[in-house]
This record gives sequence, structure tokens and C-alpha cells, in this order.
Amino acid sequence: MTADSLIITSVSGRGIPLRGNDIDTDRIIPARYLRCVTFDGLGEHAFEDDRRGLKAKNQIHSFENPDFQGASILFVDKNFGCGSSREHAPQALMRWGIKAILGVSFAEIFFGNCVSLGIPCVTVDEATAQKLFQAVESNPSANWTLDLNTLQISGTINETVIMPAGPQSQFQSGQWNPMNELLSHLPEVDEVAAHLPYVSGRW
Amino acid sequence: MKQNLYNKVFDRHVVSRLSSGQYQVLIGLHLVHEVTSPQAFALLRERRLKVRFPNRSFATVDHIIPTDSKERHRPLQDSLAEEMLQAIEKNTKDFGVSYFGPESGKQGIVHVIGPELGLTQPGMTIACGDSHTSTHGAFGSLAFGIGTSQVADILATQTMSLGRLKVRKIQVDGKLSPGVYAKDVILAIIRKLGVNGGVGYAYEYCGEVISNFSMEERMTLCNMSIEGGARIGYVNPDETTFEYLKGRPYSPQGADWDKAVEYWRSIASDADATFDDVVTLDGSSLAPHVTWGITPGQSVAVDENIPTVASFSESEKPLIREALEYMDLQDGQKIEGLPVNVVFIGSCTNGRISDFQEAARVVKGHKVAPGVKALVVPGSEAVDKAAKALGLHEVFREAGFEWREPGCSMCLAMNPDKLKGREICASTSNRNFKGRQGSPAGRTLLMSPIMAAAAAVTGKVSDARKVFGLK
Ligand code: SF4
Repeated sequence: MTADSLIITSVSGRGIPLRGNDIDTDRIIPARYLRCVTFDGLGEHAFEDDRRGLKAKNQIHSFENPDFQGASILFVDKNFGCGSSREHAPQALMRWGIKAILGVSFAEIFFGNCVSLGIPCVTVDEATAQKLFQAVESNPSANWTLDLNTLQISGTINETVIMPAGPQSQFQSGQWNPMNELLSHLPEVDEVAAHLPYVSGRW
Repeated sequence: MKQNLYNKVFDRHVVSRLSSGQYQVLIGLHLVHEVTSPQAFALLRERRLKVRFPNRSFATVDHIIPTDSKERHRPLQDSLAEEMLQAIEKNTKDFGVSYFGPESGKQGIVHVIGPELGLTQPGMTIACGDSHTSTHGAFGSLAFGIGTSQVADILATQTMSLGRLKVRKIQVDGKLSPGVYAKDVILAIIRKLGVNGGVGYAYEYCGEVISNFSMEERMTLCNMSIEGGARIGYVNPDETTFEYLKGRPYSPQGADWDKAVEYWRSIASDADATFDDVVTLDGSSLAPHVTWGITPGQSVAVDENIPTVASFSESEKPLIREALEYMDLQDGQKIEGLPVNVVFIGSCTNGRISDFQEAARVVKGHKVAPGVKALVVPGSEAVDKAAKALGLHEVFREAGFEWREPGCSMCLAMNPDKLKGREICASTSNRNFKGRQGSPAGRTLLMSPIMAAAAAVTGKVSDARKVFGLK
């Protein structure tokens, strides 16, 4: 695939709200589902224990709620995706149907994993997140568009979002998965390796 | 001059500036385990790529391996685990990567074997598809966790795309009192700075307490940097570091040794190095810590009460309520005296020889409380061997603990060691997330090996200083 066909400048679809700070990757995809050699089929197990836990209390998890089935933009709180580096977490969300995530903040490894998979994660302040949660919850069928050029989320309300310039240009240029570009610099890799005593073996 | 270790090491490994503005950074040491690598090898096969520097990647199996010797024979009972084991054996063989499997004498948790083999050295960039790779920062390397896509990037190119972090210096002054360990220091740091306080930062740990730490204590400290949100945590290399590394299988030998030490000294932070932030802590006033909630930041000193909901800001309250409800605790309640069902001493945080020596020293002459299941799991085959040579396994067995084979064990729910139902576990691991130890309703209390030993012999959360008369 050429970089052009991988360009991501906007994501559209219905929203799904998931309130709560510090939602870790063990909750996104419980460890027992990591016993696999492919990522296939992870989507159906996203938040499995949280879903069951709420069901037992006669409550309903957003990922279980019929209103939000088929949604593509996930709205979260603070420090989403903390904990394990498992790419299985964003893989599970992606395979469930999530194409972009908006939150107050993200754990770093999770954010990087999402970039590698072509899932933009953007941030807003807490007050804006609250407004967006309410907007999505009160009108689950509304369509939302996340524009990565103008850094705007628009649906029943419009808000400005934040994304660091580096990842933003990775999506805009279609270079969010850097492997091809990394491969194009192999001679320079050898050069740097030759100057590192522990790699070259020449102390 | 004026440079810190992070920037010195980062600069030496930059290969190019990518079109995104990120850096292409050479990764000098790549550690591989069975959970996060199979899909990466599959991608290489799909794209017909080979491993670019096969001698810079080293693999082992740790997460899925049963720790009961009766369950380790092949094929493993769990067919999914067996499939993963076969996959790493085949992948490493096909791609020419060194693999340390069970019975090799070198198998173990990836963050235990890297240092003990001398693979982990100062001044390196180290990555592994595992967030606790921060452990290796104890040697003055930039070591961090990555996802599977980046595992594939490193296999194919020995590089990955990275942004530059800010650096926060965390200085721990004074002297720790008896019964207080590296685990307590890092729990206190995370409590103070929060579980996302380190996002965007590398942590440089320094100060009297850290200088006095052994390498194993520094590993415990750096291991949990990620629980504070910092992908990287490191300690500048010093005599303690060099002494630990001397004579290890992969350490530089002969004439290279002196040159290596000189190089390692040169990459340490300059005396006048600048930092983006500085935080200081008084080590002398620290007490043993225990987590009470569902994030590693929710801890208290063992003689404190669990905080009240009212003491938190409005935005923090929902998580505190959720934690109390999940743990079935009352706000303001004492943590001391809380009954435990299971005790787990092990993991990449506290599964090294000094952890077992310290715990065995106090356990001697005590018995595990009736009804408590207590597991001791060495972090590697080498730790197992060293502990047995010292007779530690007998001390634990006599006291009523089970001594197991090396692996991640009850740190996470990928092998047969799991909590059941609502069990509460006093654990020396690093995560107390909901369901982390294998039961969706299981509860975890993080603490040091000494504190876990005290919980084992009393059947409840207890102040190890009182139980074992540590003064
Ligand atoms: S011991 Fe626990 S934290 Fe460490 S590598 Fe294994 S599963 Fe991960």
C-alpha cells in the first residue's frame, strides 16, 4: 500500500461514551485472551469482565448497550489505556469497530500503539470531555466527525481537540505505521550501529 | 556538559528524522517473549523480511509457563499456551534469534534474565513488548515497553519511531529505616505523583537512598516507573552497577571491560545536568506501603488508614468509590488487620535472589497462617538455582510456602496460577488492577516481600516491623 492510501485526515461515525479514569489495558482485554498467536477475534472480548461485572449489578456497559453498537468514535476520561503494553488492547477496540478515541489523557504506550494501528487519539480538557459525554449519551444516534486537519470534533456540538504535531503529521501523511520509512534508512542504521561499541563489539 | 543521561544516550542512537518529525532510533537490545511477538514474526513472514540484527534480540518464555513442575512437561495441558510456546520456539529458530527455553538454565522472566545474563548494560537502548521493560533502566539504559507493531519494526530494522521525552529528576534523600525497601519507595513515589504523573517523562532516580541501593533494589524501583505513567525510569551507572556486571556471561570481558566502564561513566548525567522537573522525597520518613485500591497509586503506609472519599477532588471521587466498592473496603478504615487468602512472592518486581533472602530471613521459625495459600516463585532458573544453593527453598517449605518453578505466575492471569472468586492476595507484583490476578473479582494488595511474608504468617495485612521485630 502506498502512503497516500493510508492518509487519515478525518474519522466519522457514531460515538460511544466510556466514563472513568485510569481504565487499564487488563480491563480493555483481560489477560486470558492474550493466549493467542493472532489478533483475530479479540473484538468480541473487549471489556469482557467489566461488561459481566456491570450485568451482575443490573447495569449495562457501553460496549454492551444496543444504543452504541456500530459506533466508531470512543469518548473516554483520564489516563485511558494505562498498564500493560499489550497491543491486544487497541487491537480489540479496533476489531470491535473503534476508529478514533477522544479523551482527557492517554497512557503513553497505548497512545503509541494506537498510532501504529491508524487509530488517532486526541485530547480535550475535563470540562469539554464532560460536555461531550453528555452530548453523546443524550443522543446516541448522532453522527460525529473528527477532523485531524482542523483538530475539531463536530456532532451535536463542536469542540477543538488537541493532538501533538508529530502524530498529527503521521496521520496526515499516511506514515502512521513507520515500517516502510524505517526500512528505507537501513544504510544509516548500519552506520549508527558501527559507532555504538556494544553493538559493533569494538569498545 | 550539562547533559543528562537520557539525552546523551538518545542522541547516540538517532538514525534519522522521520517525515512525521519523530526520530528513528536504533534499539541496541531487543528482548522478546511469547505473548507480544507471534504477530510480529507473522508480519515479517508476510512481508518476506528477515530479522536485521538477529544477534541483538533474545527471547524467553515467561507469561504462560506453568510454575508447578508437574505441569511443565510437554505438550502443556493448556493447548493455547502450548501453541504459543511452539510459536516462539519456531519463530526464534526460523529467524536465527537466541531463545532461552525451560531447562536451558537461562529461562525466566525477561526482566530478570536480561540483567543476570549481563545482556542489560549502561548506555543501551532496550525495548521489549512488555511495559515493565523500564526495569532495565536500573543500569543506566533507556529501556521501555513497546507494542507488537514496534516489535515488528525492531525485528525488521533494529529501529523504531520515537519522540523525545522530558526528564524528571526524582531525588530520594536520607536513609531508609529497617523494614522499608525499594518497593515502598516506588509505591510512595507513585502515590505522590499519581499513576499518570509520569506521562511524557523519563524518570531519573537519584539521591542517597538510590545510591545506597543494590542493583536488585534499583531494578524493583525502575520496574514500577510505568505504574507512575513514566515509560522510562533510570539510575545513573556507578561502582555498584559495574560490580554487578563484572563477569556475567554477556558482559564485556578482558581488555574490553575497562574500556566499557569508561564508556559507561561517560554516558552518566553530568554533575550540572539540567532537567525539566525535579522532585524530592525524604526516604528517612518512609514506612512500609500497601495498596488498598485498584491502581498502584492507591496506597497507604501500613500504619495509616485508607483515605476518605471526602479528601479527594470531585473528579477523583468516582474512581475512589469504585475502588472501595471493588475491594469491599470502607473509607477511613485501617488497612492493618485486613485478612488475606493468598500470598504471592515473585514477579519481575520482586522475584530476585535478594528478595527471597530477605523474606527467608524473617520467615525462618514462623508458619504460614492456617487457610492461607502462599506461593514463592523465583524469577528465573538462575534465581531458583542460587536460592536452592542457599537452602532458601527449604526455609520457605518448612514454613508452609510452596516453592515453584520460574515464571510470571500469579502476577497475571495467563498461566494456571490464579486467584479464585473474591480472594484477597498479598502480592509482591506490580499491578493491582481489577481482575489482574486471574479472577474477575479477585483483589490484590501490593507490598514488599517482607510485608508479604508478614501477611503470610499472620493471615492478614500486618506491619512486618512489628511481626519480625525489625528495628
Ligand atoms: S512478572 Fe508480571 S509484570 Fe513482570 S513480565 Fe511477568 S506478567 Fe509482566
